[in-house]
Amino acid sequence: MLKFTSAISPLMTLICRRIAFGALTLLILSMLVFFATEILPGDAARVVLGRAANETALQALREQLHLDEPVAARYWHWLVNICTGDFGTSLVNGRPIAELVASRLMNSAVLLVLTTGLTIPLAVGLGVFAALRRGRRSDSFLSVAALVVASLPEFVIGIGLIIVFATVVVQWLPPVSMVPPGTSVFARPLVLVLPTLTLGLVSFPYIFRMIRATMIDVLESDYMEMATLKGLPRWRMTFVHALPNAVAPAIQVVALMLAYLAGGTVMIEYVFGYAGLGQGLMNAIQSRDMPVIQVIVLLLAAFYVLVNLAADIVTILVTPKLRTGTW
Amino acid sequence: MQLIDPCDETRTVSVKNLRVETTDNLKQLVEDVSLELLPGEILGVVGESGSGKTTLGLALLGHCRRGLRIGAGTIRVGGELLSDKGPSELQRLRGRLVCYVPQDPATALNPALRIRTQLAECLDKNGSGRNISLEDLLEDVMLPSGAGFLHAFPHQLSGGQLQRVAIAMAFAARPRLIVMDEPTTGLDVSTQSHVLKTVRRLCESHRVAAVYVSHDIAVVASIANRTAVVYAGRIVEMGPTASVLFDPSHPYTRALIRAVPDIDSTATVSGLAGQAPDGGADLKRCSFVPRCALAVPACRATVPPAVPVRPGHEVRCLRAADREHIHERSRLLPEETGSRSNTLLDVRQLTASHGNAKILHDITFKIRAGECVGVVGTSGSGKTTLARSLAGLHEDARGQVIYRDSELVSGTRNRDADARRSIQYIFQSPYGSLNPRRSIGASVATALSQLTTVPAAERRARVLKAFDQVALPASAIDRFPHELSGGQRQRAAIARALIVDPDFLICDEITSALDVSVQARIMELLGELQREHGLTMLFVSHNLAVVRSIAQRVLVMQHGRIVESGLTEAVLTNPSAAVTRQLLQDAPRFSCARSAEYLEEHDVV
Repeated sequence: MLKFTSAISPLMTLICRRIAFGALTLLILSMLVFFATEILPGDAARVVLGRAANETALQALREQLHLDEPVAARYWHWLVNICTGDFGTSLVNGRPIAELVASRLMNSAVLLVLTTGLTIPLAVGLGVFAALRRGRRSDSFLSVAALVVASLPEFVIGIGLIIVFATVVVQWLPPVSMVPPGTSVFARPLVLVLPTLTLGLVSFPYIFRMIRATMIDVLESDYMEMATLKGLPRWRMTFVHALPNAVAPAIQVVALMLAYLAGGTVMIEYVFGYAGLGQGLMNAIQSRDMPVIQVIVLLLAAFYVLVNLAADIVTILVTPKLRTGTW
Repeated sequence: MQLIDPCDETRTVSVKNLRVETTDNLKQLVEDVSLELLPGEILGVVGESGSGKTTLGLALLGHCRRGLRIGAGTIRVGGELLSDKGPSELQRLRGRLVCYVPQDPATALNPALRIRTQLAECLDKNGSGRNISLEDLLEDVMLPSGAGFLHAFPHQLSGGQLQRVAIAMAFAARPRLIVMDEPTTGLDVSTQSHVLKTVRRLCESHRVAAVYVSHDIAVVASIANRTAVVYAGRIVEMGPTASVLFDPSHPYTRALIRAVPDIDSTATVSGLAGQAPDGGADLKRCSFVPRCALAVPACRATVPPAVPVRPGHEVRCLRAADREHIHERSRLLPEETGSRSNTLLDVRQLTASHGNAKILHDITFKIRAGECVGVVGTSGSGKTTLARSLAGLHEDARGQVIYRDSELVSGTRNRDADARRSIQYIFQSPYGSLNPRRSIGASVATALSQLTTVPAAERRARVLKAFDQVALPASAIDRFPHELSGGQRQRAAIARALIVDPDFLICDEITSALDVSVQARIMELLGELQREHGLTMLFVSHNLAVVRSIAQRVLVMQHGRIVESGLTEAVLTNPSAAVTRQLLQDAPRFSCARSAEYLEEHDVV
């Protein structure tokens, strides 16, 4: 009678299923990416050789790039190459894409990690604080401030910060965040401050508002009234009883924000001239560098899928009802 | 029982002139409440929903819900004056001096924490010194104390187990007072009986005083030493339970008692007229005046003071001494008509399954036109599946069901419109069975347009006629479900069934989500329909007392089989199946309060 079902096996089955589903999503995405860039107007060979190129040279290059093969065959080659780690070469400068993208990927990752590392604890902390002080002045101030920030477009925040901290008001920080190719952003850490601050301000309101709302729901629940009536200390009520229940619904929002940060930094990287993936994507589009576009878009999509997978798994881990059976 | 000296500070609990009001000071939800409790004594607090009984219970822990505050009075528990304490001091005393058992442990236990964590923090709170282990706590409430149980999360336990965990949590600190808010609502009678016995035993053995809040007088009768009846925030009658139950002096108490079906009595229940108050106490006159048949002008001029009618029994009623108007419960139940009328429904060897699990085995019985057949059994006995199979809602059923002269196929979709019209079903929860986005009128009219040929122009009139039949105000026609009370919603659900002139009504636990006074009015309504319209009914319930007050015949089910059947009177007075005897034994009853000791001291009944 007293037999508890193992907590591991249903969870593992679920994770495996999600991973398989994620892989399928990526496969479909790779098709979309490949065929979408394929139907864009423009001839890759002409992009490489320029307008003045003669027809024989173009024809030779088309053969070299397998452009004369059927689309399905080229997709297959491309997919196999990507899966074996060969991302191909850029049409513009002929350098391997892996090498081009690696440093940009690194730069974007630094920005992402810094932003989330600062924003999530701050937004969760302030969200809990605002919920606990619901209706008081400190809560109203935080909520209004978050709403104002959320309603500003990201480039306005970026330019505003540049005006305040880098140009017109004070000149404490560099207005552009360009680093010479080949050097690490850590060599000049000051260039990271404004982009991180901008992305932090852009993502903060969503997490803050979500945590505040879920926390208020939790604080109104029967089990929190019960915790009060059990005479538990305030800290224990907040952090042991309320927070785990408030965090679970907010995880999906954090995942969406992470995915947004990865893909949506295009504008911010452009504003600050920061050499990240977003800027790389912009450059590639401007120069019709199809293989680079395909790889960057696929990378962003893979990140999106991974983050959502991680969010689902974390949600299951923090929600006992989802990971344990009945007995 | 001797009178309690109000100045004695050794009392476990002493509340004086307590008032709980809204923070805007407009309503007094608890007004002028004074009570005393001895160690080990259990005080039952009864009243309709909205009477302020839960607010009173929470105030005893110094706690008020959002928008409320303790406006006046003192609360003293075990020598500590709770009403004078600040928030942090109160928080220290809660869970040590006063503990709480919630109404619904499924929502009151934290879903993210293991039972071990939630129990252990009640012990930690109490500091070291006492050598109580978690295992001792679980053994106290007869739960398995293995590591597996402690490791479980709340959603993995049954309602009865959760409630016992909540009780173990309350007794962990060995407090002086425990406040219990309807702790057995939602449990079936057997589980309820276990829980009540556990509470009583623990209160006695640990000398803990308890306040037991409930809307069900029969439950209070089986556990409380003394009973307080709350109406509109005031205690209108308080005294030894037997004295209050068998010699009630307040007209409200009498009405409340008449509303509760007693398993030992053959009388039908009668509901309370009028609406329960929701605006708190009336400060100028007796709050019960609008519903009171005995009110005299003096009742409107002043709030009646609490006066003793006998030692230890106080009543707030100017007419308490006037006793000539008390009438006994009368038997109104229609007589058994089975031998005279024709068979309406003939069920032969009905079996039903859910997937591979067989739920019903070889069910064979007959219902004659115009009779009401009760179906009782513990949860999981298959009674709801039986009801659903007959209504055609459970499709995986086999066997022969002969209705009138033709065979009913399983599944409503396979039945013709007339069969669907003729058999109507009322669901347990009126909260879930009405579409929240449609007005009550539209929901009721749907039945008409689907099952009859009544022209659209006449439908509104028919809806109003059905409303009239179930005593719903005509204004409800354009209201939405959330605008009605639980009792009104269930009436709307009944109206939806009645509007198509059914011959056979299937009622599935239709009163178990309702307050007793509302339940009584629904029962009255069904009784009337049976008497005046010759409606045939199948009445499913886990509450034997409710079934006794309405059904002429009863089927007792266990493990998907009918284990006993017969005339209700015969089955309940002379049960043959073990499960019937168990159900009868577990049912809360008024007579529990009639202790020998009490009868010696008082010359009542």
